[in-house]
Amino acid sequence: MSNVLVVAEQFEGKLKKASLHTVKAAQDLAGRTGGKVFGLVLGKGIGGAAAELAAAGVEVLTADDAKLEHALAENYAKVIEKAAKETGATYVLAPSASQGKDILPRVAARLGAGMASDIMGFGGSGADVTFQRPMWAGSVIAEVEIATPVKLATVRSTEFPAAEKAASAGAVKALALPDLGEAKTKFLEFRQVKSARPELTEARVVVSGGRGTKGDFKPIDGLADELGAAVGASRAVVDAGWVPNDYQVGQTGKTVAPELYIALGISGAIQHIAGMKGSKVIVAVNKDAEAPIFQIADYGLVGDLFKIAPELQAAIKAAKG
Amino acid sequence: MKILCAVKRVEDPEQKIKVKPDGSGIVLEGMNYKPNPYDEIAVEEALRLKEKQGGGEVVVVSIGDASFVTEMRHALAMGADRGILVKLSSATDSDGAARLLAKVVEKEKPDLVICGRQAVDDDQGQTGQLLAEYLGWGQATFAAKLESLESAEEKNKVPGLQIEGNTVKAIREVDGGLEFVQVALPAVVTTELRLNLPRYASLPGIMKAKKKPVEELTPEALGVDVAPKVKVRKMSSPPARKGGTIVPDVATLMEKLKNEAKVL
Repeated sequence: MSNVLVVAEQFEGKLKKASLHTVKAAQDLAGRTGGKVFGLVLGKGIGGAAAELAAAGVEVLTADDAKLEHALAENYAKVIEKAAKETGATYVLAPSASQGKDILPRVAARLGAGMASDIMGFGGSGADVTFQRPMWAGSVIAEVEIATPVKLATVRSTEFPAAEKAASAGAVKALALPDLGEAKTKFLEFRQVKSARPELTEARVVVSGGRGTKGDFKPIDGLADELGAAVGASRAVVDAGWVPNDYQVGQTGKTVAPELYIALGISGAIQHIAGMKGSKVIVAVNKDAEAPIFQIADYGLVGDLFKIAPELQAAIKAAKG
Repeated sequence: MKILCAVKRVEDPEQKIKVKPDGSGIVLEGMNYKPNPYDEIAVEEALRLKEKQGGGEVVVVSIGDASFVTEMRHALAMGADRGILVKLSSATDSDGAARLLAKVVEKEKPDLVICGRQAVDDDQGQTGQLLAEYLGWGQATFAAKLESLESAEEKNKVPGLQIEGNTVKAIREVDGGLEFVQVALPAVVTTELRLNLPRYASLPGIMKAKKKPVEELTPEALGVDVAPKVKVRKMSSPPARKGGTIVPDVATLMEKLKNEAKVL
């Protein structure tokens, strides 16, 4: 039996959507290996998140404790290790988000397990399951095998749909916490980027700005508001401090795959394209007709974004009637 | 204060990476190599901490074949004091690298290890965290600077990390915002792009680097079995997105989005 443990992610007691995409990946994997899917939710005051996860038909373990309020990798790794052992998990999966990327390698070290980061799919079945993952900023898709008895992976949410609600919810049980000891890391503060817009990784439409905006995001914001879209950015504008780091789309930022991605004033460096080329339809607006972004855009418009974005905004408003 | 930085040699990220027709690897002919950009940021941060404290030592560690010395000399030319090359005769993975680094750390006893958050070749992003767990240390991954890379603080080469007593304070870029943490030393920090802009190596720096000591070690001498836990079976190119149509104006774009792509 090869059980799969999903380490869910929650924020302030609410399940992050990426967790349900990871459940879907786990179900795919369990189908190949004949195992059962378990979930684990860690934090403080997480009953709601656990119920949301259990609704997908997954048996859920909770680790609900004041010591787990902040996701300190040292503490979380110990809890995840224990949950993996108690559920007899051969596979441990977590969303490929900043939390999973931070913590899961520590779990791998504790379990003596190999780990594949940012997986996009599986191959094979039984004991011979392989993982597909990007290398060199997505220029290469590698099929990898993990040689250890327990195998870990972070899962790219855009490559798996969200798990549906099951006919009956899974049971929710508290996990007896291991001894956490004194953590060497202390949480001081979280400065949240507050936004009324949809989350970048979950939005149906994303409007992104690059160097071409020269730091003026008004045309990007205006167009995004008209479309109910999330706002993204290339690395250059985040480095310049024009927008928060949370906006970055690319190799080391967020991976997005919306129905529609509109890139304004973005030249299209491979590091940016790595984070958005899974989008269904890509529109690019750039002054430079030679910009590499046009090589991957479904529709390109050569011109000044400060003229085109407001025009497009007005046209969309008019079309809505 | 003694700071250890891990530097990996990677294919120049500006170059096009192509998969060999048989899927056994990537085409290496004509390839240029560079230090992993995140590792350069790690070296820069170590140098700034040393400068701010007015003393200490920055040691650079590379794991790979003899050719990796080129990238190590680059870090030495930036100002690192000495190098350690762990010579590999066969391939390893992030876990093998972390276990080798753990042994080097046991020997060197640094106060702080700074690594890139990921190497831009395998993009695994695991080594720093694996190392922290093997050592039983705290970690601060994805460390950045609060101020932008175009700020006065950056121009004045102010470090993004802060040493306070026997701790390091770091600002982590995480989903949804910035997390501020304080980690007891010794600790592992991994670098985000926005921690600093690495300096160029000066000509005198390059000359001096040639004379700086580089110690060579082997996995055998360190007692580490580097057989990889994660193995690449096959490589392929991702499905290509074909470039589309250049449209003349907004009206045409609207028409295409509505009737052809059907996304509006």
